[in-house]
Amino acid sequence: MSNQTLPAALAEIVDDFQALTEPERLQLLLEFSQGLPELPDRLKDHPELLEQVVECQSPLFLTIETEKQDPGSPESVRLFFKAPPEAPTTRGFAGVLHEGLDGLTAPEILAVPDDMPELLGLTRAITPLRMRGMTAMLGRIKRKVAASAALKA
Amino acid sequence: MSYPVEQNDKFSAYAYPERLVSTEWLAAALDGGALADGKLVVVESDEDVLLYETGHIPGSVKIDWHTDLNDEVTRDYVDGKAFAALAAAKGISRDSTVVIYGDKSNWWAAYALWVFTLFGHEDVRLLDGGRDKWIAEGRAITTDVTAPSPAEYPEVERKDAPIRAFKEDVLAHFGKPLIDVRSPEEYTGQRTHMPAYPEEGALRGGHIPTAASIPWARAAAEDGTYRNRGELEALYLGEAGLKEGDDVVAYCRIGERSSHTWFALKYLLGFDTVRNYDGSWTEWGNAVRVPIAKGAERGTVPA
Repeated sequence: MSNQTLPAALAEIVDDFQALTEPERLQLLLEFSQGLPELPDRLKDHPELLEQVVECQSPLFLTIETEKQDPGSPESVRLFFKAPPEAPTTRGFAGVLHEGLDGLTAPEILAVPDDMPELLGLTRAITPLRMRGMTAMLGRIKRKVAASAALKA
Repeated sequence: MSYPVEQNDKFSAYAYPERLVSTEWLAAALDGGALADGKLVVVESDEDVLLYETGHIPGSVKIDWHTDLNDEVTRDYVDGKAFAALAAAKGISRDSTVVIYGDKSNWWAAYALWVFTLFGHEDVRLLDGGRDKWIAEGRAITTDVTAPSPAEYPEVERKDAPIRAFKEDVLAHFGKPLIDVRSPEEYTGQRTHMPAYPEEGALRGGHIPTAASIPWARAAAEDGTYRNRGELEALYLGEAGLKEGDDVVAYCRIGERSSHTWFALKYLLGFDTVRNYDGSWTEWGNAVRVPIAKGAERGTVPA
């Protein structure tokens, strides 16, 4: 798989990871975990609006919303994640997906290859099991985006 | 034992009180400068490979179960050479007192302690209550990078037989007690993985015939410390039906949760022969011509 099918922001993140040694990749993932934005208040107080990704080893909840910047432009998809601070690996994955996908259109997100997490070069360091959690996180986002797009079609 | 052993009422009831230290004891030792000369080394071992980096006990070093202790090619633990290199890099000498702590009631810390024991490291102890208790008590945490002075550690051959069981050992063990420490859903075969954890690829759900079901976390109190001796006896002698002198094998999914139970049986209740079957359900559940039992009943010794 090449990076060419990835949206620009995500491709840049993948390039950053690939340029690093394994310990540095873990450090970068830690930085992504610290950079994951807090939920907005309207979602913070409504946990029922978020869905749990049960494949993740630690509790991870997410949801999506769509918005239009101006009447003529296509809708962009906003991503929201919640994961506890004591689960930095899970938060780090969420941070990568947030920075790489937030604000893109539905077709752009749906075009991301399902096995994109493998490109980060973390499988050996964080165990294949955790990689499955991240793949599941991406899968859940894509399913929700597809369902939301289908509703509007 | 190279560092003074903690004395308190709870620990003294255990068979080997020298295997545990309390958070108070460790805090006092750190305040007294215990880490300065490498006689005491504090190790954090967590499930999450990044958790240590978010904050750890000042002066502690990290050992990761997956990247440091496992050999990915052989599905085995590292050999004596790799272990010696790891220990030396972490500032651990053969005569160091090593105190290990971690997340989730010391689940992974107990696993690391068990691996240290495979190499016969003499003085290795668990911090009772682990990381969560230390933090809940508001004790010192730092993100400062620990830079241990490299130590010398001899290449010691790993000795598996006394505390590690392989599949063949378990097949030969039938008729003697087995403890299954997984969740009730995994034990009955309703599911092959932990609740809220991903599927890990066992083809069959159930348990090793005759195994008693005592989920590992029942040995821990709400604050993550081990339950007291009386409570542990009620659990393992009462409920599981173990008798003094029994030869016991504990297992879970890959041998991590059962390390926590192994520690309780070996050091807190004093069973001489306790082995951890680290192949556990990911091996047994998939193995050809190996019998399982389904449902809540323990089942009978296979003919």
